[in-house]
Amino acid sequence: MEGLVYIALFAPFASSLFAALFGMSERKIFVGVVASVLLAISFVASAMLAFYVYGTGHAVHVTMMDWINAGDLRIPFGFVVDQVSVTMMTVVTLVSTIVHIYSIGYMDHDKSFNRFFSYLSAFVFSMMVLVMSDNFAGLFIGWEGVGVCSWLLVGFWYHKPDVSREENPSISPSWAANEAFIMNRIADLGMLIGLFILYWNVGSLQYDEVFAAVPFLDGTVLNAAALALFIGAMGKSAQFPLHTWLTDAMEGPTPVSALIHAATMVTAGVFLVIRANPLFSLTPEVSYFIAALGTFVAFFAASMALVNRDLKRIIAFSTLSQLGYMFAAAGLGAYWIALFHLAAHAFFKALLFLGAGNVMHAMHDELDIFKMGGLKKVMKWTYLYMGIASLALAGIPFFAGFFSKDAIIETAWNEGTIVLWAILVVTAGMTAFYSFRQVFLTFEGDERYKQYGIHPHEMYRYVLIAMSPLAVLAVVAGFGMEGFEHFVTKLLPDYHMSEHTHHIAWILGLVVLVFAVGGIALAYKKYYHGLKRDEKLENSWYYKLLANQYYIPVLYEEFISKPYAMISDAMWNKVDMKIVDATVDGIAKFLYKTGDETRKMQTGNLSNYLNWMAVGAVLFLVVAAISAAAIG
Amino acid sequence: MYEAIAFYLFSALTIGLFLITVMSKNVLYAMTSLAAGMVLISGFFFILGADFLGVVQLIVYVGAVMALYSFAMMFFDATRDIKEKNTPASLVFLLGGLSALVLVLMFAGPIHSEAIQALYPMHEGVGNAQDVGIVLFTKYLVPFEVAAVMLLVAMIAGIILAGKKMDQSLTKDTSVDDEDEILKQKDAK
Amino acid sequence: MIGLSHYLIVSAILFSIGLMGVLRRRNLLMLFFATEVMLNAVNIAFAAISHYYNDLTGQMFAFFIIAIAASEVAVGLGILIVLYKKHGSLDLDDLATMRG
Repeated sequence: MEGLVYIALFAPFASSLFAALFGMSERKIFVGVVASVLLAISFVASAMLAFYVYGTGHAVHVTMMDWINAGDLRIPFGFVVDQVSVTMMTVVTLVSTIVHIYSIGYMDHDKSFNRFFSYLSAFVFSMMVLVMSDNFAGLFIGWEGVGVCSWLLVGFWYHKPDVSREENPSISPSWAANEAFIMNRIADLGMLIGLFILYWNVGSLQYDEVFAAVPFLDGTVLNAAALALFIGAMGKSAQFPLHTWLTDAMEGPTPVSALIHAATMVTAGVFLVIRANPLFSLTPEVSYFIAALGTFVAFFAASMALVNRDLKRIIAFSTLSQLGYMFAAAGLGAYWIALFHLAAHAFFKALLFLGAGNVMHAMHDELDIFKMGGLKKVMKWTYLYMGIASLALAGIPFFAGFFSKDAIIETAWNEGTIVLWAILVVTAGMTAFYSFRQVFLTFEGDERYKQYGIHPHEMYRYVLIAMSPLAVLAVVAGFGMEGFEHFVTKLLPDYHMSEHTHHIAWILGLVVLVFAVGGIALAYKKYYHGLKRDEKLENSWYYKLLANQYYIPVLYEEFISKPYAMISDAMWNKVDMKIVDATVDGIAKFLYKTGDETRKMQTGNLSNYLNWMAVGAVLFLVVAAISAAAIG
Repeated sequence: MYEAIAFYLFSALTIGLFLITVMSKNVLYAMTSLAAGMVLISGFFFILGADFLGVVQLIVYVGAVMALYSFAMMFFDATRDIKEKNTPASLVFLLGGLSALVLVLMFAGPIHSEAIQALYPMHEGVGNAQDVGIVLFTKYLVPFEVAAVMLLVAMIAGIILAGKKMDQSLTKDTSVDDEDEILKQKDAK
Repeated sequence: MIGLSHYLIVSAILFSIGLMGVLRRRNLLMLFFATEVMLNAVNIAFAAISHYYNDLTGQMFAFFIIAIAASEVAVGLGILIVLYKKHGSLDLDDLATMRG
């Protein structure tokens, strides 16, 4: 089993190194093929490990080597494959494999094809380190690794110039990449502080040792650690107020959005909360805060998705919203439900993004859904895939999203947090509305693209075939719910609905369903038969508020970026140039001048040298006399 | 009492003689006064009870070193006054005076180190030469031998440096360096 | 009564005279004389300290200084002769060839 662990972990690494060999050369198809095959190997290894863990119920724990061994600090390079991490591993490698194959088709015109695969595989490797590590330090390494890879991939088309915010809300890929990276660094500081608190109080960073020790710790310490760790999770999972980077990260190539910003990396925050559940179960206040914030973000992001016109941004907002659901579940103590939603969401959201990538490919990088319409004629399969994914996202019965989302909403009722429950239900309706608004505007109605002179075409056949596993999983994943519960609750705390909730579960489900179907119906009524623009609505203040993301990016720019730039500028001009630089320059000038002046001493005449020597000797004598007198 | 008289007399004389050495334009005067000053310094040594040192001073300095100087002077033109552009007197007196002032101030102060333990104490009733001999050939044997080798080396160096091309005149004609030229000139005569 | 300080002061004065000579003179032979003066001044100080502390070490040092002075004169005069052969002068101003 150890071999399988290493294969699952290092196959993506090998793939990355292999692709990096050809990083600067021409597009080579075999690079993509080799990378995909290695990823598939990693997936197979992960799946075999999953069967092993499922069959035996034992976790596989390997220690590759000692990594840090200093004083009392002992951090081995160890990996643990248990019920939680094997779930993540399987999901990550499955989605990555499909995204790799998809990328062969999607990136076929890009001249940096090989570089792209190198980054993509490096990302998968980092993600595997993140989920497989058996200690917080390894998790942090993976955490930073995915951050770097995300930066590289969002800024993949770094040569695009900056444009104004009105023209493109993300300004440019390199700007978006920097924004994502910096926001994550801010959050990572919180995470680091959390790790320090834990290490300070426990004396170890191993999961098992930390979790064995937390019940004996002081309440304040626990709260501080949990809150600090959650701040780290907020950054990676783009929770309010660190959420703006996720929609801007859509500047990256679409497979990246599918892999990183929907299925895997952004779920790292949720994974952290699930992984650290013994800590979070002991801090009900922090957990309740997580649930409340998650619910708020679910609603908040869904509201922004209602009016957005950018295909990828709508999906990005929906990702935010679904992450909110996951945090709500995790915060309410239903960790296994959060993990289940995470997995199900990964499938249908990756499918949705890849479908969007097909549309984008067909429409020559046009993303405005107001300029699309009627694409179903040319893109039948993509329509089908996106339709399935949207049904799953909307939570229509028997699709994957139905089971998991319904369970989360049920949990909110079960915990007695009626306000959260109500918001989540309304959000479910909004989710259904915006998903189908997007689907109908893209694929149904009049063919608006014709007036822009675009000739769309369907994606390559092998790409469509590669996407099919995701479609199948988006449909059937929900039926594995009971088995999944049985599987992961060996490690995670079990969560059961109370008798009362169980009794009225069908009523609760019906309420959600009514909202979801209502949302779809509304979208159908408004958009199915083509786009009829409502000038009055579009000019209303609330529409504008939503379309501009509550003006939060502008607020950040005005009240954080600009003052910071001003302070930096002042520090540069006043402090650095006038004090620091001037001091250094002064020293250099002084030395130079001294050398220049004293050069005249070198006359070549021994007598002059003797005179100078005498001056020095007399000076020493004087100094000696004075110090002797001073000492007494 | 006699000691005090001798001390002040010797001091005044040495200071005067050495001033002549330093100030005189004539090499011969300078050397003569230096030799005289050396003799008086050996007088200091005798007052201080360092008989052996005084004798060595007389033999080595007044005898050997001064003889060496007088031989060297024969190579140079000693009767002529030395014409040289002396360093400005102000600087010389400033530096020399300052060092003298500082040193005198330092030495005039009370000496605190009363508790110094003699490493090689002198013995009552034993001659100075005997005492010195015992210490020199026991504790300082190695430096003594090294000094002997150093003197040998210096001697050989002096011979080689000064002895090369002894057949040439130093003072007469320096424009003709070549040995063959000189021989030719001799032949011509 | 003559104390150690008296000797040391005389030694200091003689040393300063030697220093003045070193500063003032441009003729190499005269510089050698000035150096001899300085060495002798130091010898007086050593002998005086040796006497007042009843310790032979001072005298030992004086011996070695005399030995060094003797070898210095031997080698130095040899060099002077070579210089004089080469330049026809012992004046430092004429010998200044290494102007920086």
